[in-house]
Amino acid sequence: MNARETLANGLANLARRLRPGGVGVRRVESEEFWALRDVSLELAEGDVVGILGRNGAGKSTLLKLISRIMEPTTGEIRIRGRVGSLLEVGTGFHPDLTGRENIFLNGAILGMSRAEIRRKFDQIVAFSEIERFLDTPVKRYSSGMYVRLAFSVAAHLEPEILIIDEVLAVGDAAFQKKSLDRMSEVAAEGRTVLFVSHNLGLIRALCKRGILLEAGTVRFDGTAEDAVRTYLEGLEGSAAGELAPNVQRHGRGLVQLRRVEAGAPVDSGGGLESGRPARFVFETSPALPGLSCVFDIFDSLGQHVTYFDSANTSLDDGVDDTGESRFVCELDELLLLPGRYRVDVALNCDGELQEHVEGAAVIDVHDGTSGRRRIVAAPGYGSAFMHHRWVCPRGVGPNTPKP
Amino acid sequence: MAVASERNDPRRELVIRPGHHDSEYLPDLWRYRELFYFLAWRDILVRYKQTVIGAAWAIVKPLLTIGVLSYIFGKLAGMPADGVPYPILVAAAMLPWQFFASSVSDSSNSLLAGSELVAKVYFPRLILPGSSMVVNLIDFAVSCVILVGLFVVYRFVPSPAIVAVPLFLLLAAVTAAGLGLWFAALIVRYRDIRHLVPFLLQLGLFASPVGFSSDVVPADWQLLYALNPMVGVIDGFRWSILGGAHELHAPAVAVSVVVAVALLVSGLAYFRRVERTFADVI
Repeated sequence: MNARETLANGLANLARRLRPGGVGVRRVESEEFWALRDVSLELAEGDVVGILGRNGAGKSTLLKLISRIMEPTTGEIRIRGRVGSLLEVGTGFHPDLTGRENIFLNGAILGMSRAEIRRKFDQIVAFSEIERFLDTPVKRYSSGMYVRLAFSVAAHLEPEILIIDEVLAVGDAAFQKKSLDRMSEVAAEGRTVLFVSHNLGLIRALCKRGILLEAGTVRFDGTAEDAVRTYLEGLEGSAAGELAPNVQRHGRGLVQLRRVEAGAPVDSGGGLESGRPARFVFETSPALPGLSCVFDIFDSLGQHVTYFDSANTSLDDGVDDTGESRFVCELDELLLLPGRYRVDVALNCDGELQEHVEGAAVIDVHDGTSGRRRIVAAPGYGSAFMHHRWVCPRGVGPNTPKP
Repeated sequence: MAVASERNDPRRELVIRPGHHDSEYLPDLWRYRELFYFLAWRDILVRYKQTVIGAAWAIVKPLLTIGVLSYIFGKLAGMPADGVPYPILVAAAMLPWQFFASSVSDSSNSLLAGSELVAKVYFPRLILPGSSMVVNLIDFAVSCVILVGLFVVYRFVPSPAIVAVPLFLLLAAVTAAGLGLWFAALIVRYRDIRHLVPFLLQLGLFASPVGFSSDVVPADWQLLYALNPMVGVIDGFRWSILGGAHELHAPAVAVSVVVAVALLVSGLAYFRRVERTFADVI
C-alpha cells in the first residue's frame, strides 16, 4: 500500500459521500484472517516443547507473539523470565563487518549484554570453527562458514526461555550434529524451550511435550511422541485415489491435481514391493503448456527420501497421446525399503508453482526381492535399498556345515 | 547455568496485552541501551570501512560544499558578509545543516533499512531512528575540525558566545529527531514517502539561511520564516560563532524552539501509536 493509493481511496470515498444521491461507500474488500484463534497454553519452567503443524498452522505467529515482535489482537500473554528468540540465524549480520564485529553485533541483537558476549567470545569462536577468518569481512565467508558463525552466536544464548524456529538444519553433517548436541545440552539445563520444526525425528529426540497446531488452533497437547503420531495420522488421512478435501494445498491454481495412484504396473492399485516395478499416476485438470510434475517421497518420520521431477527430461521419457491430462512415472525397480511413505506432489508451469499438495498419497511398500535377494522390513534402518553383492570369507556362511 | 542477568528479574512477570503497554517501554529502552550503542557503532564502522579515503570523507564532504557555496555566493553573487570571511560564514551554517539533513535522511530510512531486525527481533523500535543519528553527530564533530581550521587560516577569532553552539546543536537534533520519527513511521506503511524526503530537504535548504543571511528576509515575513526551526539553529550558530553584526532575533529563535519541540512530541506520539503494527506491515 502506498500513500497515493490511500489518498486516492479516501478521496474517492469522500466524493462518493458528497455526491447527491450517492449511496454507500466502496470499501476495499478484505477478509479477516486469524492466524491463531482461541489458543490457551501454559508452559512451566523447564518444559521442552515441540510445536508442530502444517505450513500456515500458526506456529511462527505463536513464536512471534511470545517473542513480543507482534502484539495479540485479543487475549493476554504472561511471561516470567528472559526470552531469547531464534527465528532466523544471522539476524543483523552486516556483510562489511568482520566475524568478530558481527559476533558482538548479533549477540547484542539477540539480547546478550556486552559483558556476556565478551565472556563467551572464545567459546563462540571455537564452536563456529572460523578462528582463522575472524577478522575478515563476512561477505567473504562461504555460506557454510556464515551459518556456522551465525548459529554459534545463537547457540550461546542463555535466556530462561528459548524459542527456536527451524534454524537447526544448517551447515554440513558434522556441524549439524554439533548443533543438535548443543541444543540437547541447552534443553537439559532446565531452561524452557519452545521448538518449532518440520523435522519430526528431531522433535521426538529433543522434546518431551508436543503441541500440534492446526489452522490456528491447538489440535493436540501432550507428549512429543503422541503429538508426532497425531500429526502423521492427520497427514495420512487420504487413501490413494481422489484427494481428500482437507488436504493442504497451495499454489497459483491454474492447473490442479485430481487424483494420485501408486502401485505395480500390471494391476494398478496392487501393492508396491521393494525391488519390483512401480508406477505412479498423477491425474490433473487440463494441462497447460510448460506443465511439469514433481513428487517427493517422505518416510514415516517426515524425512525427505527422494524426489522425481518431470522437467528433468531424458531421452527415455515418453509422451502420452491419449489426450488425457496425466503424468505417469514408471520405475523398473522401486528401491525403497519396506515401510510407509508419504507423497507430496507439486505441479509447475514454466517454473511457476500451480499446485503443491502435502500428503497427496500414502504408500505402503511391502517386502520384495531384488534379483535373488530378499528385501525385508527393518523399521528404523532407513529408506533406501541399493544393489549390492557381498564377498564373505570362506566358512562363515550360514549354510556351511559346522565342524 | 544461567547467570542472573541484569535484564530481567526472572521472578517478575511480564504481561502482554493488546493496546499500549507504556509502563514497560521506558524500562525497556534502558535495558536495550547497549543495543543502541551497538547499532550506532555498526553504522559508524560501516560508514568508514572500505572507503578509499576512510574517515577523511567526513572532512572532505563539508569542505567541498563550503568551497562551492563560498565561491557561488561570495564571488559570483556578491552577497553581503559584514567583514567575516565568506567561507566561515557559510561553514557556520553548513555544518549544522549537514548534520540536520543527514540525520533526517538516516533516521527516516532506519526502520526500513532495519526491516530484518524489526520482523525478527524484539527491541523498542525507537532505538533504530535514535541510533542512526549518532553517526551523524560524529560527522559533525569531525567537521568542526574544519571550522577550527578555517579560523586558523583566516586568523579569525570567534565570539565568546561560541559556547552556546551545543544548545543550537541540540535544537537541530530535536528537530531532526522529530522529523525523522514522523517519516520513519510513515515510510513503514507508505513506502513512496521515502522519495519525498530528499526533495523536502532540498526545499528546506533553500528556505534556510545557509546560502543567505536572515537579514535579507523582509520584516513581514520574518515570523512565517521563523517557523522553519533550522532558521533558529543556523542563526544561532552564526550568532555564537561570528557575533558582531549577527544579532539574534529572540522571537524567531523562540518560534523555532516551539516548532521543534512540537515536531518531536508529535513525532514520538505517532511513532509509538503505530509501532505495534511495524512487524506486520514492514
